[in-house]
Amino acid sequence: MTLPGFEFTRRRVFAGAGGLVVASLLPDFALGQGAGQTTVIDVTRARTDPVPIAVPDMAGASPDAQRLGRDIARVIQANLRNSGLFRPVDRQAFIQTPELAAANPRFQDWRVIGAHALTTGRVEESGGRLRVEFRLWDVLADTQLQGTAFTAPAAQWRRIAHLISDVIYERLLGEKGYFDTQIVYIAESGPRDRRTRRMALMDQDGENHRFLTDGSFQALTPRFHPTARQVAFMSYFRNQPRVYLFNLDSGQQQVLGSFGGMTFSPRFAPDGRSVILSASRGGDANIFVVDIASRRERQLTSGGSLDVSPCYSPDGTQIVFNSDRGGDQQLYVMSADGGGARRISFGNGRYATPVWSPRGDLIAFTRISGGQFAIGVMRPDGSGERILSEGWSMEGPTFAPNGRVLAFYRETAARDARGGGYSSRLAQIDIAGFNERQIVTPTDASDPAWSPLLS
Amino acid sequence: MNTKLLGAFAAVALLAACGSGTEQSSAATGGGAETTASGPRPGSQEDLVANIGDRVFFDTDRSSVRADQRTVLERQAGWLARYPQVQVAVEGHADERGTREYNLALGQRRANSARDVLVASGVAPARIATISYGKDRPAALGSNEQAWSQNRRAVTVVR
Repeated sequence: MTLPGFEFTRRRVFAGAGGLVVASLLPDFALGQGAGQTTVIDVTRARTDPVPIAVPDMAGASPDAQRLGRDIARVIQANLRNSGLFRPVDRQAFIQTPELAAANPRFQDWRVIGAHALTTGRVEESGGRLRVEFRLWDVLADTQLQGTAFTAPAAQWRRIAHLISDVIYERLLGEKGYFDTQIVYIAESGPRDRRTRRMALMDQDGENHRFLTDGSFQALTPRFHPTARQVAFMSYFRNQPRVYLFNLDSGQQQVLGSFGGMTFSPRFAPDGRSVILSASRGGDANIFVVDIASRRERQLTSGGSLDVSPCYSPDGTQIVFNSDRGGDQQLYVMSADGGGARRISFGNGRYATPVWSPRGDLIAFTRISGGQFAIGVMRPDGSGERILSEGWSMEGPTFAPNGRVLAFYRETAARDARGGGYSSRLAQIDIAGFNERQIVTPTDASDPAWSPLLS
Repeated sequence: MNTKLLGAFAAVALLAACGSGTEQSSAATGGGAETTASGPRPGSQEDLVANIGDRVFFDTDRSSVRADQRTVLERQAGWLARYPQVQVAVEGHADERGTREYNLALGQRRANSARDVLVASGVAPARIATISYGKDRPAALGSNEQAWSQNRRAVTVVR
């Protein structure tokens, strides 16, 4: 097995006004040594054994730098563990100290405790700025796989940890990571007949949580713009259910389009220049696309059926949606101009909320069958259907930008007539159907949407 | 006056109980009980709830007005004819056994079906707005068929 070559180019990572700089470190390496024993694995296989990796605290010269070095390492370790594709080695077993490892790792000390990979690092902090040197080692092949230095304002230490996590993921698994991302969702509180629903934003690991709307109007179904700091969502502002665009930096929102009735289920086109949505003018719901710059709208479906939850393929040429045109709710794929709709779901039950994988190879959906809800995936032609998770109620899958992980929300049934026992929580699961985990939020939660990679 | 109102209220409660097939909605009970002492203001929401019935119920995943629900809307139309200044919104709802976005559409279609019966019964279309809350504003909070049958509804609300 050969490793892909290193990138020596210096690149700038966009991080708002903060300015985060990434540079490659020391391009000395020995490729191919110990071939067949390297830790790079192939995740296109359905399920792989997690990679054992040691993530010691990063070294630092001052107490502040040491504290940051520890915090950064812990975030990296949690990211890797939560992916289900890595198994962090117990810190109690470490032989070599982090300081010595950062200076010169003794591979034997890490091999003997079962690690296949090792991360080391050093943190310098001065005047509110942070410089983090990070190296990834293949301890089976005795080689450095990666060396990168990050500089950023100290307040952005979590982003550095996520960026490093993505570097590790990509170097060892051969595909892009998803840790330097955010999730926008709906935070729910209060009794269900008088629920408060606020749009909220957090890092993918639940940190840096903040509310985006104040709860004075109901917010639903937020979705990220593919590149800009913008979200499309549905709002009951002034009791008019409409799709709005929301600027994540300014907090400003504006209604999209001038439809006479309800607009809902928005999603951005892959180029970010338009939004596809459903609009109800009478008792029907049809799919429209609205050009953001000109606000011109174009109708893509017509007739009396309910055509809902449209989503583009990543190349923008096709649209998947659900419709009751055949009698009950099923998935259909049509061309981006609205023609040639064909049904793709033929399993048992009703199918809803289709989302196209960023990799283009799968469509994730909600299935309602036999009184149970399920999250599953199928190929865009409807073949290869697999159910990943099933329960009393769950819906609304959203792909991480690498197409490897889905987030969705899962509800539990009320136990009594007052709604006691009901809950709504965010979850994530690997598309191979393992490693389902709850994403912890301060309150009940629904409608998660995963951001693209932030850099 | 009071006896007459109470009599009317009792009759409505029975009809509503038949209509939902299970039990009377809490809104109808609350509205009536509070206002019988002095009587609700004619043409108000409380009047509609107590004396006519403010809601109709739907079958699972259906949005056509059931035959047994149609009379409620026809009586609403008669009531609206008595109070020509009153404007209403018909709010469509769904139970929790569907996906959020689809249920928004379904609630809208239910509101529209109820509105169509009101219009066919003589109410001017301009007096009726419609809005959908999908599955997000249940009237009954349980997770069972009895609660769901009360939540698949269209509610007429005085604006």
